[in-house]
Amino acid sequence: MKTMTFYNAINEAISHEMTRDDNVFIYGLDVAGNNYVFGSTAGLTEKFGTERCFGTPISEDAMTGFGLGAAISGMRPIHVHSRVDFMLLAVNQIANMVSSYRYSTGGKLKVPMVIRAVIGRSWGQAFQHSKSLYSIFAHVPGVKIVVPATPADAKGLLASAIRDDNPVLFFEHRWLYDIAGEVPAGEHLVPLGEANVLRAGDDVTIVATSWMTVEAMKAAEVLAKRGVSAEVVDPRTIVPLDEERIVRSVSRTGRCVVADNDWVNCGFSAEVAARVSARCFGELKAPVTRLGFAPSPCPCSRPLETEFYPNAEDIIRAVEKQLDLSPADLSAEEFSHWENRFKGPF
Amino acid sequence: MKRTELNTELYEKVFFIREAEEKIRAYYPENGMKTPVHLSIGAEAIAAGVCQALSARDRIFGTYRSHGIYLARTGECDRFFAELYGKASGMAQGKTGSMHLSAVDEGFMGSSAIVSAIIPVALGAAFANRHKASDGVAVVFFGDGAVEEGVFWESVNAASLMRLPVLFVCEDNGLAIHARPEARQGFDSISGVVSQFRCNVFSEKSTDPETVYSLAAEAVAAIKNTRKPAFLQLKYCRYIGHVGIDEDPGEDQKSRAEYADWQKRDPVKVQREKLAALGVSEESICAIENVLREKVETGIIAAKNAPFAEKRTVIDDVYA
Repeated sequence: MKTMTFYNAINEAISHEMTRDDNVFIYGLDVAGNNYVFGSTAGLTEKFGTERCFGTPISEDAMTGFGLGAAISGMRPIHVHSRVDFMLLAVNQIANMVSSYRYSTGGKLKVPMVIRAVIGRSWGQAFQHSKSLYSIFAHVPGVKIVVPATPADAKGLLASAIRDDNPVLFFEHRWLYDIAGEVPAGEHLVPLGEANVLRAGDDVTIVATSWMTVEAMKAAEVLAKRGVSAEVVDPRTIVPLDEERIVRSVSRTGRCVVADNDWVNCGFSAEVAARVSARCFGELKAPVTRLGFAPSPCPCSRPLETEFYPNAEDIIRAVEKQLDLSPADLSAEEFSHWENRFKGPF
Repeated sequence: MKRTELNTELYEKVFFIREAEEKIRAYYPENGMKTPVHLSIGAEAIAAGVCQALSARDRIFGTYRSHGIYLARTGECDRFFAELYGKASGMAQGKTGSMHLSAVDEGFMGSSAIVSAIIPVALGAAFANRHKASDGVAVVFFGDGAVEEGVFWESVNAASLMRLPVLFVCEDNGLAIHARPEARQGFDSISGVVSQFRCNVFSEKSTDPETVYSLAAEAVAAIKNTRKPAFLQLKYCRYIGHVGIDEDPGEDQKSRAEYADWQKRDPVKVQREKLAALGVSEESICAIENVLREKVETGIIAAKNAPFAEKRTVIDDVYA
């Protein structure tokens, strides 16, 4: 075990898999220069050469098709987008080609490609550098969707994603990059499709994704002070979703709050709410509560941006409402300290 | 290969394609092939000539108009017709239909109905060939309309920059469904614009399969010798409408006159006359035709009578 940051854990997974399998290669804007995708691809060109780690023209559409072509030809490409918003230029390839290619050949070809995308908040990014979007891609059969929240999971899930014979979209929150945690050394694989219980509890199940797991854990810590025991479940993989783990938790607690790092309308939180309603109908003591971004493009101005994003305080209030508790005095609590820590730029 | 042998193989390809496509036209009104068909009638010289110049190590990609490419590359039509009829014995158990054919074991790696979307996929296959130290090239066929999509230019740019062994084959019939180039393009010559990239550019108006073959062979050699991609612009006349089986000679007198002109240079006719000129007897040519005619008839009847896949297979092969 060693302590390392989320971005170093990603770097380690990539390096390990590239050493293990000569067919793995990584490419995209800033992959081989500039900020090395916030440090996550640092040192790879030096170690593996320019045929296995390289930058590209600003051509997300063609570069995704390129990855598809390499993947069906026996290679394991990792395409990286410094912002998921840029990945939207590749939706034709992802939704019309990558996701259906295997099916179109009657199962003769496989598409073992990974597409990494950085999501979420950093610092005044506004509406074109701030989206999450995994629910849009989760909607299309044929791709797998992974959203890691810890350094250990980033390493283990990325290694599994690279070894998976299917297209895997891998969403990494910008603020998680600098968070350190315990990471197993050497080969470390976390299976796709398995949720993780970050904190056991009895009174309410908080299903949280990506950065919202940090907010949920903070909320649970504060709630515990007044004797409310919250269970925090991190799905880790959105497609295929570990529905059983979520259902097992909610069947026991009878209450569910979904804190999704995305918009609420037609998002992943709606999927969780639908499944929980179907499977835990008799056990639910209240309807599922959903938290997410404000229903607007993300604004630039700091106070408006803070209003746009949900945080631990919002989760606490949602739980209090579900449990019919009076709102606690939170003035002594320190929230959003990560926001102050990130100094920017991009 | 001797010239007679080469031209015999070319004739087999173009005749096979023409026969299969005309057979589809004959049976389509029965409504057994429930898939939109974009026929290759008139384009035979391109599929035959280019495929003749390729090796087993090369990788091929196409569009919704890939019947000719499929037939020229594989020389088979059983899995082909079964796929059009949506049957379990089709190359994708009926799941893919006419617009997304493939023959993976024969190196025809897939085709896409979204105009231009298949083009960058060929770049990835070329990159993989280089990684495996294979001298195979990746060939991608597309129409003249595809050059208007941004991803075409992204692909030409990236292939030129990365020096990928890609052969871009533009099957130019001057139509995007019905729209002519004057209504779509702000430039006069596709080849002219592509030649601004570090890419070999070739273009040809001939419908003679042997001429197309020679040019394709030259393009493949250029890719290997210069370590740059190649772009091949080949003209042809699309006799049938964009989709379906009805003939489309055009709406005005000028179009009809051009159409009649193209028919005089019909690739199957040209190639048959060439074989005769090379000394191949009428009996030998007829023998070749009979074999292929029989093959096509057998294939389509078998497809008509074959069973569909089980309903539960609709969710198979989404994931590996």
